[in-house]
Amino acid sequence: MEKLIEQFSFGLFFWQIIIFVLLVLLLKKYAWKPILDAVNNREEGIRTALQSAEEARKEMQNLQADNEKLLQEARSEREAMMKDAREIKEKMISDAKSEAQAEADKIIKAAHSAIESEKQAAVNDLKDQVAKLSIEIAEKVVRQELSDKDKQIKLVEGMLNDVTLNN
Amino acid sequence: MRREFFEKILVIVLVLSPFFTWAQHELEGISTGTESQREDIKAFIDHHLLDSHYFTFTEDEETGTHYGIPLPVILWDNGLKVFSASKFHHGEEVAEVGGEYYTLYHNKIYKTDAEGTITYDEDHHPSNAKPLDFSITKNVVTMVLVSILMFLLFGGLAKSYTKNGGMPKGVGRFFEPLVVFIRDDIAIPNIGKNYKKYMSFLLTIFFFIWFLNLLGMTPLGVNVTGNIAITFALAMLTFLITTFTANKNYWGHIFWMPGVPKLMRIVLAPIEVLGMFIKPFSLMIRLYANMTAGHVVLMSIIGLMFLFKNWIGSSLSFGLAFALSILELLVAALQAYIFTMLSALYFGMANEEHHDEHH
Repeated sequence: MEKLIEQFSFGLFFWQIIIFVLLVLLLKKYAWKPILDAVNNREEGIRTALQSAEEARKEMQNLQADNEKLLQEARSEREAMMKDAREIKEKMISDAKSEAQAEADKIIKAAHSAIESEKQAAVNDLKDQVAKLSIEIAEKVVRQELSDKDKQIKLVEGMLNDVTLNN
Repeated sequence: MRREFFEKILVIVLVLSPFFTWAQHELEGISTGTESQREDIKAFIDHHLLDSHYFTFTEDEETGTHYGIPLPVILWDNGLKVFSASKFHHGEEVAEVGGEYYTLYHNKIYKTDAEGTITYDEDHHPSNAKPLDFSITKNVVTMVLVSILMFLLFGGLAKSYTKNGGMPKGVGRFFEPLVVFIRDDIAIPNIGKNYKKYMSFLLTIFFFIWFLNLLGMTPLGVNVTGNIAITFALAMLTFLITTFTANKNYWGHIFWMPGVPKLMRIVLAPIEVLGMFIKPFSLMIRLYANMTAGHVVLMSIIGLMFLFKNWIGSSLSFGLAFALSILELLVAALQAYIFTMLSALYFGMANEEHHDEHH
């Protein structure tokens, strides 16, 4: 300790303080501040670059998810539309079928009734014709029968016989 | 792999064993050099550890020629006295300046008479008056050189950013990570959010100590950081910065320790006040002792090479000196790191915000 105190040189101490303080001040202005600023700027740049990259990645992801969602929606919409169309088609077909059936039934029914009425008319006509023919035949027969006296008497007698028989 | 290694070692030992016994014999014969040689080496080491008024590169003991540059001497003794150290002729002559006589004794300037008589006290210390010595000594020159080097190096690094689009260039690629290391691993963890105002000091002190430590490893033979005045000045700056940037919390911790009984606070206050001074004192002693010890050990081992005067002992000393030099390179960086780290720690204490009660 005594040796240390003896070795202590005030002059050296004095110069050391002056040189060192000057060095700190000079380096602060011309070296440390620009160096630290540059390093900070660079670090800040890297940080913001990383951050923006991360943001871009997230945005991309969002966009992709949106796309996916849109695609999904379109797909389900298409599905629904297809389903609707199928249903409509089926309904139309079945509707048409039943309508046609009803129409056919109606036509058939109308045909039936027409045939029936034609038949009736034909039958009636036939009946008339037959009646007319019968009367004509009867007339002709009666005329022939009544052409001479014998025959007339015979007829009357026959008729009178019939009447008695009928009693 | 291991077996092969051991076999090799065994072969080497067997081959060398006759030499070892021979060397041992030799060593017993000559012991370790002559008494005068040992004295010379001790004096040389002592001399090297001290500051000097010459920037000596080498000297020839026999002819007494020194190869170096005499440095200016600045004295304050009833007025400013400036003259070249060459007037002392390496302590052999008395320098006469403005009617006063000065002499050099163990690298210190003493006032004396025309004959250069030096009186000693009972501890064999000179009792002559010492003028206030503001000389530009070897250490001052080294500090100035290191300062210029640092200014060019880091000023250049700072400029290379603007020229190079924010990226370092050349040696800056090596020093920039160190600057970032001091910021991220020393300043921020120890000081916290107020670290910015201490950065200049921490960076300067780290590189200043490191470069001076490294320069101490060169054959130039400078020992700046192993000088008590230097470490005292550095530690004092740390102490002053700590004291003058301290917040209320720091002083509260020293004079009225929170969270302990009142009686204990009164007991603790003087201890804490003592601690304020012990912290920078330990900084001063640590750096001084580490660097001085490193220089003494290394130079002693180098000195052993000349004492042994046989190839086994000398080459062993050489190997040891080589290994120690590598260790000293590590210590040079480590001591700079520790000084910076502890300074940052003390600044952090001075800046600590509100403290939890359960501390």
